[in-house]
Amino acid sequence: MSTPSGTRLGRSRPRAAWHLATVADVRPETPTAVRLTLEVPGWPGSEAGAHLDLRLTAPDGYQASRSYSIASSTPEGDVVLAVDELPDGEVSPFLVHEVRSGDQLEVHGPLGSFFVWRPGESDRPVQLVAGGSGVVPLYAIAAAHGASGDTAPLRLLYSVRRPDDVFFADELAALDGPAFALDVVYTRQAPDGWTAPVGRLDKAALAASTIPASQRPRVYVCGSTRFVETIAGWLQELGHSPTDIRTERFGGL
Amino acid sequence: MLLQSNTAGSVGSFAQIGVSMSFTTRGFSGRRREENPRLPPGQTLFEDWPVLTAGPTPRVDAADWELTLRDETGTDHRWDWDGLLALGVEDVTVDIHCVTHWTKLDMAWRGVSLDKLFEDVETEHEFVMAHSYGGYTTNVPLEDLLDGKAWIATEAEGEPLDPEHGGPARLLVPHLYFWKSAKWIRSLTMTADNEPGFWEQNGYHLYGDPWKEERYW
Amino acid sequence: MATRLDGNALAGALSEVFREDVTAARARCIGCGGVSPIGGAVVYPDAPGLVARCASCDQVLATIVDAGDRVFLSLSGMSTIELRR
Repeated sequence: MSTPSGTRLGRSRPRAAWHLATVADVRPETPTAVRLTLEVPGWPGSEAGAHLDLRLTAPDGYQASRSYSIASSTPEGDVVLAVDELPDGEVSPFLVHEVRSGDQLEVHGPLGSFFVWRPGESDRPVQLVAGGSGVVPLYAIAAAHGASGDTAPLRLLYSVRRPDDVFFADELAALDGPAFALDVVYTRQAPDGWTAPVGRLDKAALAASTIPASQRPRVYVCGSTRFVETIAGWLQELGHSPTDIRTERFGGL
Repeated sequence: MLLQSNTAGSVGSFAQIGVSMSFTTRGFSGRRREENPRLPPGQTLFEDWPVLTAGPTPRVDAADWELTLRDETGTDHRWDWDGLLALGVEDVTVDIHCVTHWTKLDMAWRGVSLDKLFEDVETEHEFVMAHSYGGYTTNVPLEDLLDGKAWIATEAEGEPLDPEHGGPARLLVPHLYFWKSAKWIRSLTMTADNEPGFWEQNGYHLYGDPWKEERYW
Repeated sequence: MATRLDGNALAGALSEVFREDVTAARARCIGCGGVSPIGGAVVYPDAPGLVARCASCDQVLATIVDAGDRVFLSLSGMSTIELRR
């Protein structure tokens, strides 16, 4: 597992371009998701939180593209994605069930400079809030934070259905340290011996398991459209300024 | 162009019929695309009915709904919900063709023919701008709205129009790409010139005949 | 509920037009006069093009229509964009 990197010195950031990618590894991430490692010659690395557009081309020229957050990438061209299956989807079922090592596809990236975190950019604490597979770019941020030795406190609140559905479980556990805290909320089923309540996040639980607005954290929220809008609304009601909250909705309800 | 939203680690989506490339991804075929003489060029048959929207969905109760037809003299012809239905509702079965490449065949609609609305309207102007609750606009030549070619639709497939599909009432002009069938219809304004509406300003064709594949400028 | 995304989702399409990523750039909305990052706009993806609206007032800030061999970009709802050197 590589760590996110690729931020260059100075102001110039990795430039987006189309690249031919070869699938180097596919492994199950959760019962419904896979972790894809791509080899992308010429890939410049990416900032934590960035995404890419992935394009598939059928023999008759038909193309379908989707955007995916980057879990990690290196300037050597290793790009890791974690893709959850959308049952009625056109691209994600292909990536989850069909794709195998050696297959080729195209990627356009790295993309996005707003929903990214950069080491040393601010002393303010960082609060991440993930819903389901929305954890992918937030895992990238947490891993980059850990790798950089940035001392600003970072806390990740991760709402997930069941223990089996946790993305990057081992990697998140390995990030444990004085500047990182992980809070998991299970909405359907918790591990054995779990004492915290099981069920959907509510405003009180959000307040209890996130950095308070009085500490002015920079907040990143990623998940389904409904999750993100609900959380962002509660955060504002809890006193966070809208300008401190960056969101990435990945669609759906 | 956009076919569907996506969940699951995805932050957006689009699909396109691209120019043929030498590069392909093994095993990928995408949505099934079939030949059918009722499909205009570049269209794919869909069974479901995708919701397309350029903004928040306006919530307008039929009780508060009103349709205004404004001619070049500035005279407003107005219908409330009951007034519209009193003009006479008819059933039509038509195919609809969305510019985002899907076609849905044999859709059952119920609505009021535009011929009824224009019965008492004297106008020299040849074009109409349709305005929606929520601010959407689209332009249509008057002759494309008359002679049984267009309706103010209130029901589809046996149900009152859902707000996501333009309810309580939408324009239905099935012989043009479906962006012309403005959802949440609020007013029709006669214009002297063929002025572009929302999508027509932003890259889509001024007329939009699916059989001539008039998608873009 | 209509699907909404963030201005972040414009990054791919805008990278075809701008030399650098502009989703972190701030823009002024012609509707409410507010200045905010493009990445914070609300994007409606399920439409004949991407439609970006002001998160405060719903003014249409930008549309991007992918016509295959062409792209139509409208920034008609932004009076000014701030680009960092």
